[in-house]
Order: sequence, then structure tokens, then C-alpha cells
Amino acid sequence: MIEVNNVTKLYNGKTVLDDVSVRIGKGKITSFIGANGAGKSTLLSLISRLIKKDGGDILIEGESVDKCKSSDLAKKISILKQSNHINVRLTIRELVSFGRFPYSQGKLKPEDWEYVDEAIRYMELEEMQHQYLDQLSGGQQQRAFIAMVIAQDTEYVLLDEPLNNLDMKHSVQIMKVLRRMVDELGKTVIIVIHDINFASVYSDDIVALKNGRVVKEGPAAEIIDSPVLKQVYGMDIQIETINDHRICIYFA
Amino acid sequence: MKIWYLWVALVVFSIISLFVGVKDISPLDLFHLTPEQQQVLWVSRLPRLVSIIIAGVSMSIIGLIMQQLTRNKFVSPTTAGTMDSARFGILVAMMLFSNATTLEKILVAFLFALLGTFIFMRILDKVKFKDTIFIPLVGLMFGNIVSSITTFFAYKNDLIQNMSAWLQGDFSTVLKGRYEMLYVSIPLLIIAYLFANRFTIAGMGEEFAVNLGLNYKAVVNIGLVLVAAVSAVVILTVGTIPFLGLVVPNIVTMYQGDYLKKNLAHTALLGAVFVLFCDILGRIIIYPYEISIGLTVGVIGSAIFIFLLLRRKAYAS
Repeated sequence: MIEVNNVTKLYNGKTVLDDVSVRIGKGKITSFIGANGAGKSTLLSLISRLIKKDGGDILIEGESVDKCKSSDLAKKISILKQSNHINVRLTIRELVSFGRFPYSQGKLKPEDWEYVDEAIRYMELEEMQHQYLDQLSGGQQQRAFIAMVIAQDTEYVLLDEPLNNLDMKHSVQIMKVLRRMVDELGKTVIIVIHDINFASVYSDDIVALKNGRVVKEGPAAEIIDSPVLKQVYGMDIQIETINDHRICIYFA
Repeated sequence: MKIWYLWVALVVFSIISLFVGVKDISPLDLFHLTPEQQQVLWVSRLPRLVSIIIAGVSMSIIGLIMQQLTRNKFVSPTTAGTMDSARFGILVAMMLFSNATTLEKILVAFLFALLGTFIFMRILDKVKFKDTIFIPLVGLMFGNIVSSITTFFAYKNDLIQNMSAWLQGDFSTVLKGRYEMLYVSIPLLIIAYLFANRFTIAGMGEEFAVNLGLNYKAVVNIGLVLVAAVSAVVILTVGTIPFLGLVVPNIVTMYQGDYLKKNLAHTALLGAVFVLFCDILGRIIIYPYEISIGLTVGVIGSAIFIFLLLRRKAYAS
């Protein structure tokens, strides 16, 4: 479990996160939703120690993030940020092999390569594993990065807007992969996501943020609810149930 | 490109290099050398060959590391102010200690090169507009500012003649007893090899590196120390060889990608072959006189650099 207790973060004197407390359960997909500037990405970066907080405490399985060595945390928690401009020419296989860095410090043993092969197979990238990242489409790149995270073999996987710049087909593909990672591999996935319907259909829990504060957290069905969403987004959102999924209609 | 082509080229050019020069030595004489021929070979030709190879290898590899760490294909010791700062360091060393030894000069040059490169990296952090071409332009401007300060003080202290020796790379002055400091760069290159994977990860960006538990700042700093140290050593023993650290790594990454560990051997060999080729060319064009290496590499290198710039679009996509 990840526990965020009364966390505060300031950027140049401006409060971005204000006394935020969240509990994130194991073996689930938890989505962070909210308008631009609500503090979703900041919260994700704080949990994954990419940035330092100004107050409060974050515990991963009871241990404070500040007290953990960064190299040990890399075996527990991984994060993918929006990486839409990759100008490094690496092959998929080379990229995925970096996922083993926390275990091997760059000298991969045969068992490390097994993890790499397994991750590539899991993401169905075998045929293109020797292609360079810059030759791939956005969806394929995203899958390659997720394969790296799978090779990193962490309990917690954090993704910052994994669907950014992807078309519908690839978005669905990525979300299904994340679902499978939770259901089959037992991972805990935390995502920042803009498309509220993807959040509704694929996540177990949702944390709704507004202006640096948590509006409400809970099972997806409780958050995808007109009064709650009105509070989060400041607009009226009609909710219909289609094939047992709660779908938000907010286009008109 | 197969790596053994490069090995063959290295061996062939090395042999040519040993037997080209004013004093006639043919490979056939090898087993019955006159004492004079022996002396030329041991005191001049062989040291020259060794220093060409070490300098070519070192400058290419630190160029590769710099490009990886800054995530920019056009950054190298020549385009980031490292070389100019090192020269400023040499000047300061000469002003401070009237009879500075090579070691003192190297130390001061190293410190200045390091400082200069750090300043460049700081500027890089601050610059919002991170265009691929804009960054090396900033580096060149920064280098020119440092360079003009150097020139100013060199004028005031009557050291211009002295300074110009460090400006133009020149292998003709390499003699036994005067180039051995170059060997210092060999252990530095071994360290570079050991850190290759870390440099590649750091080159993917700070967040990417932190995710993998890498101490990003430490790795970048180690890289910059290597770059500054090698630059200082090379500049003091053979002088500036412009564009080398830019052209060679770019050619290699073009056909090999950015996985540093896999590129180091290719970059090292290509660097040595390229400098050897330019040096031999410089020695035969106006035989029996010679053109300094700074000029031949500069002309051929800048031509390739322009070519790289022009095909940047094709290369980036």
C-alpha cells in the first residue's frame, strides 16, 4: 500500500499540493483525475521521488520514501513520464534491457536477459525488438517503454498520461495491457489520465483532485457520479450505463 | 560498417604513417636500419603514430560522451567552450608560474576546462529554447568570449606566440620525451568504458535516470570531469584538433544508434583512422613540407559537419 499523508508542495511560493492525503491499495489500477493544474502529475512525481516535497510524508509499504535509497526504490516503484520526444536512437531491446539496471548495474546476467525477453514477449514486441525507437509509431514506443517497466519488475508502476498523443485504437491497447498487468502479474498501477471514460472503464479506484486538494477518493463507480464530477470539473456531466460501464457524456 | 574494416584501415594507415616523411625509410629497410634511420623511427615516427592514435581515440570518445550527456548531436569540446577554457587555463598557468611545467599546465588547464564545461551545462539548463542547433551556437559564442579574454591577456603579457602553439593541433612537434603525458588519457578512457551504460541512461534524461535508481548528477559530473581531463591533456600535448569529437561520433551513431557501450569501440577506431588519414594527407600534399593536423582535420571535419547539418532532418526522423 502507498500512503500519502498531509503532503504539501510549492512551486516558487505557489501551492500546488495542499495537505493531500491518499491511500492507494495494492493490486489495483488507481487513476488520478482532475482539470489541468489540479496537481495530478505533481503527486505522481512526489510518490516516485522524482521531485522533493515540502511537507508531509509518503510511505510505501510502511517505509518512508525519504528514508529509502534511490537505488532500492528503483526495485519497488517505477515511473514513466510523458516521453513524446525521444531523440535517443536505441533499439527496443536495448531500451528494455535498461529496466534491469537496478538489479545488474549495467552488467546483465542470463537471468536478467530472461526478464528482458519475457517483457518483450508480454508486450508482443518480439518481431520489432531490433528496430530503433525513432522508427516506431507512438503506440509502439509507449509499449516499448511499458516493456522496460515490466522488465524492471517493480510492485508499483506509475504512468503519467500514458495515452498522450495516442489514437483510440492504441489507447485501448495500452489500457488493456495495464489491466492485464494488474490481473495477471499482480502489479499495482497508478496513472494520471485525462480521458475520464478510460478512467471509468479500466480503473478500480479513482482519486479526484482540484486545485491541489483531493475532492474525493474511492471506487471508480462512486467517483463517476454527476455531483462529484460537477465539483471536480465545474460542469454538468450526464452519466449513462452502457454494457455495465459508466460512461460520461460531456461533449454538449 | 563491420568493425574489422576499421582494424584493417588502422593497421594499413599506421604502416603508411611510419614510412612517410622527409627521411627515407622503406618497410624493406626494417631489418637493416642505419643508426640514423633507427633514431628517426624511435624518436619521431613511432611517438608520432602513438600520439595520433591516442589523441584520435580520446577526442572522439569524449565527444561521444558529451553528446550523450547533453542529448545533443552537435555538442563537443569544440562547440561547448571546453577547448577554449582549457587554453585560457594554460595562459593563466603561464602567467602564474613563470616556468610552468607540463604537469602544472595540465592541472590548471583541466580545472579551467572543467569550469568552462560546467558553465556551459548551467547555461544549457537555463535555456528555455532547446533547439538542436541553438545549443552548440551558444557553446561556440561562449567559447569565443573565453577565447577573446585569453587573447587579451596574452597580448598584454606578450604570450601570443606561445598561445598560438596550443591553437593549432600539430603532430610534427611530437618527439620522444614530449608526448608521454598523453598516456594519462588511457586510464580515463577505461573509466569511460566502465561508465558507458550509466552515460546512456543519463542521456535519456534526469527523470528516466532517477526512475532506474541512478545518481544522475554524479554520473553527469563524472562524465564532465573525464571530458575536461582528456581535453586538457590532448590540447597540451598535440594542440586543438577541431571538429574531431563532433564528426566521428556522429558518423558512428548514424549507423549504430546511441547505445554507448556498443559504440565505444567503433568510435575509438574510427577516430584513430580519421586522424591518421588526415595526418598522412597533410604530410604528402606539400611534401617535403607539411600542413598541420589542425588544418586538415578542420577542413575535412567542417565539410562533414556541414553535411551532417544539412541532412539533420533526414537523420532526426
